[in-house]
Amino acid sequence: MSNNNKTPRIGFYVCHCGHNIASVVDVAAVAEYVKTMPGVVISREYKYMCSDPGQELIQSDIKEHNLNRIVVASCSPLLHEHTFRNALEKGGLNPFYFHMVNIRENVSWVHTDKDAATDKAKDLARAAIQRVWFHKPLEKKSVPVNPDVLIVGGGIAGIHAALTIANAGKKVFLVEREATIGGHMAMFDKTFPTLDCAACILTPKMSAVKSHPNITLWTYSEVEKVEGYVGNYKVTVKHKPRYIVEDLCVGCMDCIDKCVFKEAKFSDEFNQGLGKRKPVYIPFPQATPQVVLVDPDTCLYLKTGKCKQTCVEACDRKAFDFQQKEKFQEIEVGTIILSTGFQPFDAKRLPEYGYGKYPNVYTSLEVERLVNASGPTGGEVVTRDGNHPKTVGIIHCVGSRDEKTNRWCSRVCCMYSLKLAHLIKEHTHAEVYNFYIDMRTPGKGYEEFYDKLLNEGVHFIRGRVAEVTDWTLSQAEAGKLIIRVEDTLIGAVRRIPVDMVVLAVGLEPHHDAQDVRRLFNISCSSEGFFLERHPKLAPVNTFTDGIFIAGGCQGPRDIPDTVAQAGAAAAEALALINAGHVELEPNTAYIREEDCSGCKSCLPLCPYTAITFDESKKKAVINEALCKGCGTCVAACPSGSIVQNLFEDEEIFSEIDGLLKFDFSCCKPMEVNHA
Amino acid sequence: MDQPRIVPNAAVSSAPGELDVRRRIKYEEELDHAFPNRIAELAHGEKFYSCIQCGTCSGTCPVSHYMDYTPRRIIAMVREGFRAEVLNSQTVWLCASCYACTCDCPRGIKITDVMYAIKREAIEQGVYPKRFPTPVLANAFFNQVMKDGRSSEGKLMMKVFLGTNPFKAFGNMLLGMKLFFTGRISMKSERIKDRKSLKALLAALDRLKEAK
Amino acid sequence: MKYLYYPGCSLKSTGRAYEESILAVFKTLAISLEEIDDWNCCGATAYMAVDECKAFAIAARNLALAEKQFKDEPEVHIVAPCSACFMVLLKTIHYMNTHKEIGQNIRKVLSEAGLKFENRVKIRHPLDVLVNDYGMDNLMRAIKNPLKGLRAASYYGCQTVRPFESFDSNRNPMTMDKIVQALGGQPVDWSLKTRCCGASLTGTIPEVGLRLSYIILHEAQQHHADVVVTACPLCQFNLECYQKKMTSAFGHKIDIPVMFFSQLLGKALGIPESDLGVKRLFVKPSKIHSGQGGKRVYV
Repeated sequence: MSNNNKTPRIGFYVCHCGHNIASVVDVAAVAEYVKTMPGVVISREYKYMCSDPGQELIQSDIKEHNLNRIVVASCSPLLHEHTFRNALEKGGLNPFYFHMVNIRENVSWVHTDKDAATDKAKDLARAAIQRVWFHKPLEKKSVPVNPDVLIVGGGIAGIHAALTIANAGKKVFLVEREATIGGHMAMFDKTFPTLDCAACILTPKMSAVKSHPNITLWTYSEVEKVEGYVGNYKVTVKHKPRYIVEDLCVGCMDCIDKCVFKEAKFSDEFNQGLGKRKPVYIPFPQATPQVVLVDPDTCLYLKTGKCKQTCVEACDRKAFDFQQKEKFQEIEVGTIILSTGFQPFDAKRLPEYGYGKYPNVYTSLEVERLVNASGPTGGEVVTRDGNHPKTVGIIHCVGSRDEKTNRWCSRVCCMYSLKLAHLIKEHTHAEVYNFYIDMRTPGKGYEEFYDKLLNEGVHFIRGRVAEVTDWTLSQAEAGKLIIRVEDTLIGAVRRIPVDMVVLAVGLEPHHDAQDVRRLFNISCSSEGFFLERHPKLAPVNTFTDGIFIAGGCQGPRDIPDTVAQAGAAAAEALALINAGHVELEPNTAYIREEDCSGCKSCLPLCPYTAITFDESKKKAVINEALCKGCGTCVAACPSGSIVQNLFEDEEIFSEIDGLLKFDFSCCKPMEVNHA
Repeated sequence: MDQPRIVPNAAVSSAPGELDVRRRIKYEEELDHAFPNRIAELAHGEKFYSCIQCGTCSGTCPVSHYMDYTPRRIIAMVREGFRAEVLNSQTVWLCASCYACTCDCPRGIKITDVMYAIKREAIEQGVYPKRFPTPVLANAFFNQVMKDGRSSEGKLMMKVFLGTNPFKAFGNMLLGMKLFFTGRISMKSERIKDRKSLKALLAALDRLKEAK
Repeated sequence: MKYLYYPGCSLKSTGRAYEESILAVFKTLAISLEEIDDWNCCGATAYMAVDECKAFAIAARNLALAEKQFKDEPEVHIVAPCSACFMVLLKTIHYMNTHKEIGQNIRKVLSEAGLKFENRVKIRHPLDVLVNDYGMDNLMRAIKNPLKGLRAASYYGCQTVRPFESFDSNRNPMTMDKIVQALGGQPVDWSLKTRCCGASLTGTIPEVGLRLSYIILHEAQQHHADVVVTACPLCQFNLECYQKKMTSAFGHKIDIPVMFFSQLLGKALGIPESDLGVKRLFVKPSKIHSGQGGKRVYV
């Protein structure tokens, strides 16, 4: 029954917590009461148990009075269970001979009746005293951490994290699903507020990634399966076929020149559909790796099998391989960083703005490509009907701050709308109108940038645009798109004819973010972004140990904050790697093999897939490192052969028994009806 | 309900040859801070407190450019208790209940319902120009339906013209005759058979109101 | 499937042609339509401005009567051609279900009048019934006189699609356009399909109401429409009956027939004009001619 064949020698401490507990609970009375319980050797009250003297008190009592169990009645275990367990350890006792009772959040902070509160504290203390006797000594398990890191997503976040970790001397696998790294930043022309050329600041980092000895760059690849736990992940990566042997191609692009399609005629995704490409193509000139790829949906040979294959002829490196198939590769890493980014809001969801209906309505990303010198128009801002616009309207908050689409503010649109206003004006000298609800410029140099724009003669109209229409009312409006809006600051309803409309679309999670996060077993918020462990204190950690998030996948953010988060995630990963091992909480479940009947009821119940079946022994096995101690299998096992450390049956039942014991001395005998 | 003391925009200087200058500051005593709750209650808890004053409602409203205060300004004024201005404005009488604002509001505020609430409050308080057509039409319609169960458009239009501007009736005489000759209007009353049940229904509602 | 029919006050007077054509069309297509016995006025927009509770109550009386008439049907489908009636009935059901107090009060007073509301009703617009229930294929098969490329501008008005997008989108609805196409006509692609015609403002504040209706007709003419088809008696009245006034007020000739979609549909189905209330139209369809062709004209 008892576990050390020793009699219990319990030390009990009730904390005043200053006024927090003592003002409601009569702590002296609690200490007095507990002193009368069997097995209790020491019963003290103290002002601040979590303080150094408080902890030293425990340590000295253990030594002096040969205590073998400790109970502290104070605040929430979430705060100080760790503190007191350490105190036990320093006093020479196994830290799991400790139990904590919460008489602050559960008693003094929620009740006003002092007598009732004191009684409740006594009940809780009694229950704990009865329970702690059944505690067993437990050891924290230590698992080694594999020093390799997997980074999923090769945008600026992934690139920065990869370089940081690689420079620290650790090996990095950078997996990117597109054919090139660079993400959305590679599509931008200039970045706010400095108007740095995006490609100029990004491409050095991209080539650093390519040439770094510690980084294995896998583009056009996706993560297929993830198994394992912190420090020991086993990941299967799928390499999609480019139909080009990557190591042989040098990016000379002769094949593109010689393709049987003389004219490019397929929609160019990188240029947001504004330009055309051939079936064999490179996403953009500075793509990393500098390797072409073949699109199986448009390549004549791959679709019909009949083609002259002039591309193969043109390639003097013999890099083409039309027989290429999907390839799977397994790697082992210790930590994973997810930096999978965002997707822009689909403007077609707001029919009132006419995107897709009127050819001269553009999204901001499309305009980024228009103003970009390496874009489909060579940097000339021309509308789809070939004209240079004389008036341009930029509409803020498209898809954001809206109950019907996305409720959140996408954080960067005000700033990039200012930037686009500047670039459009610079390229075309058109009259530019920005229609906004609020002007959000929180970052360094952002407000100054707004001031610069104000002084460039851009019209700022505070009013959310109700609709963009082709219904015209006068000669001046003929052939243009009309923006109807209330100019709320001046107090007038206005109709503004424009040649071109730019929609500042918001940022939202990728359409397959749910699939990705399930693959890695992390949570997401109600908006669909990956969920951080704590919004203020742990923005890059997730609830899954060893997996970190950074950048647009966690929430809409600009480049400085993305880079900061990527560095933070890298630091978290390096901290784990540097520690070399991870300590796991021992409140895990284990199976008593001799009692297990092999019924397999527990296997599908585990939310952490920690239970496997040993076919040779025909018994279930729990992976201690994956087990989070939720107790589901323990409760479900029909033969009761699963036991959970720290929550064994004896411990729980004795606690319940302690709670239910009632002190009858305070009341008269009841009339009991024996009918 | 007590009307707050309204300080008129008294002229400061307005002799001939001078600018018509008025003192327009707004004091807290003039505002009715129970007004927003009253309107919220009438519009069954409408969440206009969430309004971010974006102006989409005014932008999409087909008649906002005729109003003295656009729908957005009305919501702002309701929130701050500018009771006199709101009830005396033309806005609610210009509202045609087209629901464009309700459909486009990014906060999902049912602005049309708020307009109806203000209309009801204004009619109850008797705050509207004496012979203004809209409340006259609403009241005439209401009375007709209460009595007969259906509205008779011919008689209704006569009542409205007599209650507002009888001379308008003459202006519309040609239209009226054309409608008569195409069989689209008659002077007879449309009535339902079971007027008793309708009366019982409306009486039950009155009792419910008293009980509150 | 059988439907109940809720005409509303307007369809018995200014909107008579709408009732005549709808009944003729549904009869020809053999869709069963039964008028609700002793229905009362729905309250339209005017009632809501005076007393909201009473407005919901009188509308709910119709719903209860309908459920009584079809007491054995699990779902009672009411066809309400008038868009104001359509919207008010939908709104009544919606608010009774989403606002507990309203639902409780209305149910209580209904019971005191000997009626019960069981939430079995579904309010349907005739456009919805024709396109989605009867089906486009069946409709096309029933056509006897196709429209031979007639350019028809479909005007939906406000309350068929707002605030409840119960059968079509509120910005760019297509149900009526689909019917026009099926009839052999050419639907006009224009942006003012759901812009308010002014409703009762043409009577109370004519300066405003007239211009709202004028804008719609002017744009239809600019798009060379031969006819404007509508689904609301008040819209039809506003658009049709003031055209001479508009011409003099805005100095630009407005002369275009405005018909109920059911009249156009009826003609295509081969129903004689006398059964479709065509004689009640102010602008006769025999005068159908192309709108102002050529250059776009501005006031």
